[in-house]
Amino acid sequence: VSNPSGLAPYVPSAGATADKVGRLQMLTLALRILLVIAIVLLGAGPWLFDLNQMTLLTEFFTLLVLALMWNLLAGYADIVTVGQQGFVGVGAYAFFGLAALAGLDPFLSIILAAAMTAVLAVPALLFILRLRLAYLAVGTWVLADVLSLIAGKLPGFGGGSGVSLPISIARAFGGSVSQRVITLYILAFILAAAALTTTWCLLRSRVGLGLTAMRDNEEGAKSAGIDVPRMRVICFLWTAPFLGLAGTLVTLQKVRVAPSASFSITDWTIYIIFAVVIGGIGSLEGPIIGTALFLLLREYLADFGAWYLILLGAVSIAVILIEPRGLWGVWRRFFPIDVIPVSHKSPKNMDRTDFAGTSRLKHGLHHRAETEQKA
Amino acid sequence: VTIMALEFLNQIIQGALIGGLYVLFAIGLSLSLGVMRFVNIAHGDLIVLSSFILMSFSAILGLSPFIAAALLMPVAFLAFYALQRLLLQRLVGTNLLGVILVTFGLAIVIQNGLLQTYGPDTRKLSGGALELKSISIGGGLSIGLYPLLVFATAVVVIFALDRFLYRTSIGSRIRAVADDPAAANLIGLPSAKIYGIAMGVVGLTVMSAACCMSIWTNFDPEIGPSRLLIAFEVVVLGGLGSLWGTLVGGIIIGVAQNLGAQVDAAWQILTQHLVFLVILFLRPQGLFSRGSRT
Repeated sequence: VSNPSGLAPYVPSAGATADKVGRLQMLTLALRILLVIAIVLLGAGPWLFDLNQMTLLTEFFTLLVLALMWNLLAGYADIVTVGQQGFVGVGAYAFFGLAALAGLDPFLSIILAAAMTAVLAVPALLFILRLRLAYLAVGTWVLADVLSLIAGKLPGFGGGSGVSLPISIARAFGGSVSQRVITLYILAFILAAAALTTTWCLLRSRVGLGLTAMRDNEEGAKSAGIDVPRMRVICFLWTAPFLGLAGTLVTLQKVRVAPSASFSITDWTIYIIFAVVIGGIGSLEGPIIGTALFLLLREYLADFGAWYLILLGAVSIAVILIEPRGLWGVWRRFFPIDVIPVSHKSPKNMDRTDFAGTSRLKHGLHHRAETEQKA
Repeated sequence: VTIMALEFLNQIIQGALIGGLYVLFAIGLSLSLGVMRFVNIAHGDLIVLSSFILMSFSAILGLSPFIAAALLMPVAFLAFYALQRLLLQRLVGTNLLGVILVTFGLAIVIQNGLLQTYGPDTRKLSGGALELKSISIGGGLSIGLYPLLVFATAVVVIFALDRFLYRTSIGSRIRAVADDPAAANLIGLPSAKIYGIAMGVVGLTVMSAACCMSIWTNFDPEIGPSRLLIAFEVVVLGGLGSLWGTLVGGIIIGVAQNLGAQVDAAWQILTQHLVFLVILFLRPQGLFSRGSRT
């Protein structure tokens, strides 16, 4: 068999490879067990943590949902949005309207608010489909700005300065402050777990395969019969109810709605983009690492105000220039493993597919060398 | 009724004039869109940064802002040239995600850097006696000399840029590189240098926009994003690659804002956005699109 690439095949000594692969499999297993333990511990949070820790973790779960959704759009569907605060705000205002103004059951209102956000995503989508790809980022921003300005004009929502959630609605989530913290913690945990698992399933499905193909080579994906616009539409509509749910949780945490807070671009988009970029865009591990790191850094650096944002901005520029796959990309340079595998293993060989094209090529050549030897 | 009609006409004229300022915001964005193939998210913040630099420079030397801006023009050209060569050029040819995230990071760094250096106070530069003069146009209406000058500047800048891009050899090289970087490389155009020069020209438009804005309106470190949205809407309305379309887009946005402002400040922005959305829905390619480029 000739070697059409003309490159020397990459054939590491067999023993060392088996040893390395074995060690990486052990590491993967260990990290997965760790992840499961972490999820179980977080699920048992109300028995383990005090109120302050639970409040912080509730925020972590909420931000994680936002990070997962932004990552799904920007990292997989090629929709870089700077306007996801729009849907967060819609969720918040819909919840307030349903629970406080229409007087519906608060828990039912949460579900209905998510549904309303999903419904509103359809006209937003029509607008977005009209924009060139180069316009998408700022286009979504305009849309979020419109939603925020309209929210400030709605009667009953306190105008530009916003309004507090009636205490009777807060009571529905627990008679005392500590009970409310626990209820919110559980709701946020369920939401984050649901967002993580369902997004993972989405990425493992045909849609995810199509998205990965599209991200790697859009023309190639189109010619292979993948309906690229349909994939984008599915992802965009997918994120809306989750963003809306995050908005309802934010409202319950802050006990008020206001255009500047509910539609905050800094809180719900800028911080989220930095967290995902630094953690690692285009993976599921990245947003988790990024969100955790973001909250940790904030605990120590929040007092520095503007300097904190300057630092985050500078670090993410550096990340894009040096390692576009973020911290998780750096980790994968040394340990090329998937803790949350989004891609499927190739059916014949057990090679792990990799985000970096180079190692995929390396594996491909390696595989070819093996088949040559067999021939 | 006549008085109301006159007042309405007056608002339209004033709106069209401030449209001249918005054209200056938009021209640089339009040109950089051709170079970077993406909307530069830091564009508004770069205009605000230039305004603050202009403010400090004219204060230190005791110069009028107009002379200070003229002196700063070469600096702006070199700074934008360097920005392209040292930072943005590294991302050319990679996916768009990198470009947008870097300009996004840059926007946040500039905004907060200004906040840290100058504080959150609102500023305005003085244009001297020029600001107070106005010309009567009959019917009891008058227009300010300064807004008229800004509008004239916008027209001159568009005219000069049109000449530069379509009548000079460097201009045709910029268009070649913007249209198809790979083909431009094939025929041996030094694309990195050409990109740099194009961004340098963007720097010139940003400095003139900064000068006109800082004398006309108040500014503070946080207004960059709203200037970006204005510039973006003007570019999209005008049609990608159409310089004269930008002028029409600027006037539409200016008039829409001014009419909305009759209600209140929120309606000013809301009307601006809604007019933009409606026109975009009717004509997604913009009012005057020159070919289809993505």
